[in-house]
Amino acid sequence: MTTEKTITLWIDGSKVTVPEGSTILQAADLTKINIPSLCYHPDLSVIGACRVCIVEVEGQRNPVASCSFPVAEGMKVKTSSTLLRRLRRDIVELILDNHPMDCQTCVRNGTCELQKLAYDLGVRERLFAGERKRIPVDKSSPVHRNPEKCILCGRCVRVCSEVQGVNNLNVQNRGFHNVVAPAHDSNMIDSVCIHCGQCVNVCPTAAFTEQDATETVFEALSNPDLHVVVHTAPAIRATIGEGFGFRVGTPVTGKLVTSLRMAGFHRVFDTNFGADLTIIEESTEFANRITKNEKLPLITSCSPGWVNFMERFYPELIPLTSSCKSPMSMLSTLLKTYYAQQMGIDPQKIFVVAVMPCTAKKFEASREEHKTPWGKPYTDAVLTTRELIWMLKCLGVDFANLEDGSFDSPLGVSSGAADIFGATGGVMEAALRTAYEKITGKELQSLDFDDVRGVEGVKETSIEVNGLTVNIGVANGLENAKRLLDCVVNGTKKYHIIEIMACPGGCVAGGGQPYPPKGMHVLDPQLARQRARALYSIDVNKSMRKSHENPAIELLYESFLGAPNSHLCHELLHTHYEPKSPRGVK
Amino acid sequence: MKSELVKKDREKAAAALSASTVGYIEECLRKKSPNSYLISVLHKVQNEFGYLGMEHMDAVSVLMQIPSAKVTGVASFYHFFTFSPRGKHRVSLCMGTACFVKGAGKVLDKLQELLGIKVGETTDDGLFSIDVARCVGACALAPVMIVDEKVYAGVKPAQVAKILADYGYDAKKARK
Repeated sequence: MTTEKTITLWIDGSKVTVPEGSTILQAADLTKINIPSLCYHPDLSVIGACRVCIVEVEGQRNPVASCSFPVAEGMKVKTSSTLLRRLRRDIVELILDNHPMDCQTCVRNGTCELQKLAYDLGVRERLFAGERKRIPVDKSSPVHRNPEKCILCGRCVRVCSEVQGVNNLNVQNRGFHNVVAPAHDSNMIDSVCIHCGQCVNVCPTAAFTEQDATETVFEALSNPDLHVVVHTAPAIRATIGEGFGFRVGTPVTGKLVTSLRMAGFHRVFDTNFGADLTIIEESTEFANRITKNEKLPLITSCSPGWVNFMERFYPELIPLTSSCKSPMSMLSTLLKTYYAQQMGIDPQKIFVVAVMPCTAKKFEASREEHKTPWGKPYTDAVLTTRELIWMLKCLGVDFANLEDGSFDSPLGVSSGAADIFGATGGVMEAALRTAYEKITGKELQSLDFDDVRGVEGVKETSIEVNGLTVNIGVANGLENAKRLLDCVVNGTKKYHIIEIMACPGGCVAGGGQPYPPKGMHVLDPQLARQRARALYSIDVNKSMRKSHENPAIELLYESFLGAPNSHLCHELLHTHYEPKSPRGVK
Repeated sequence: MKSELVKKDREKAAAALSASTVGYIEECLRKKSPNSYLISVLHKVQNEFGYLGMEHMDAVSVLMQIPSAKVTGVASFYHFFTFSPRGKHRVSLCMGTACFVKGAGKVLDKLQELLGIKVGETTDDGLFSIDVARCVGACALAPVMIVDEKVYAGVKPAQVAKILADYGYDAKKARK
């Protein structure tokens, strides 16, 4: 830290010293006063749109927005007074006035920040009446947009541009006709949206939500003709506990498995198996490319938000992106081929549900490339972590007190390398554990690649493999990824392998993960770090920590697939990409 | 790694605008804050086509490398920009306080009735479009109607048909 200038001010009579340039709201964080706020988000730019965070400053004629008002030496701030209390209450009431009053039936009931504010600020009656905007819900894509519930705080606009670099959303039109929408007020599916769901995460209300798959899954479970199997992504075991009162970062794999059995799924498999398989296929692909010194760097393709981004923003990188399907799609494909064959079940009678931390996975499942020869998706339904939490609550499952169960064999067996797929850098670490041994034929001494761990936006390191220095890049959050990818496109840096995860922090902070508990916020690096820690703890406690040591994978190749990257592997486990329009502006 | 796709996108975008507009954009891109010229570019595009079509705004987005959601966000904020082709003759009615008090509302009703369109729309034959202005600063002449560049003062509903006839309005052909 440089010796920056500090400012001393008084907030409600307490003396506070903060760096120059801080805002009153930031300064108040150091006292024990929480100034209510709505459009403010600590990890996004400040726009001061909602005025809920107003405070009184001595010498200022009117209250000021504390989120954007800079501190000054000797400033005297009052965070509560009768005037402020009434003004804040009226501001929120005016927002509510233009809002559908359907809290009881709203998907954000209980997690809505507007609902909470209305309670906290004492909006107990409605004094104003006026016109209400009526705009249809956009259900065209996995990310639903309901402008009637939008309070124009602009968090989604900011996360979409500042964190994801997608810039799909902006406030369109003027005044009463203001609406947050893609260009030309178009539907999300016709826009440059990559379906990452970060807008869903930061939205204080239900203006952005995920497409609901719960009813489809409930129906499948009650259909006696269907064999319903489920598999859960690595990141779910690190986050689903939050929905049932567990502390952030508590791994609950065993309870998750038991709860899914109780929900009625016939088989409970692990997307981790798909992750191990992805590593085998991808590291083979990498070994081939590095031996031939062509199509480098190899860029991972597990993150569907990234794949969508790549097709719209960096179509020139298509040849470099791994042709491997994601773990979800690999496992779903195997369930309707290998597993169906082994079990003697008609694959058309198998209903595959995937529990994912992600809204873009819903889009991935619907892609033409991931459909069966008979035209149905390999993954029939994708549930987000949030959706599964609700389903289990609906079923009355006492999650916190469940006995630990274990995944069904053989598609539930996995290595520790698969568990860490849910954290940024995890896919890279897993790939390195296998690729190193594959290329050198030597055993890896230390399995922990600390340089690629952690929630920094871009991580870079190099390792020696057979005398060759392999340059590694890892990025999470697409605005960060751009920095890395522009180096590739412009040829300014030479990488051999790159991992990209669309969401900041990786899947643990994906667009389908639980809304954070009190005291934490979406995009909070601490949140991603603690959730990731749960995954690394599972990995370190497993005796099998390398994908290629997974006996179930070996068996799969021996009895079904042949060798890695075989013809059958290419047919079932690999995919292709196409440039998509509208093209995004990088 | 130069992408053919990026090149093609740019060529397609340039083809949607005139050479002079493309030249102007290139000139703007060389300036200090290129993005701040967006409004100025949109003005130029609207002057050229009479409106801002989706294809025009997308072309501006590609050439200026400003996300299209931002381009349409800016364009839809300003009353001046219009998104559908305007008529050959643009009829503008002042709805400022003075004009309104002196009966501009009734003139507008008549105008809409005769042309069979609403404010912001264009007749099927492409001859007329109607806009309303907030105040043209000629309150002494209220109510004021402007057709193209010509200002008509003290307009009464009964005079509207005659004024329009000077621009090719045919009462018999017009929609009921």
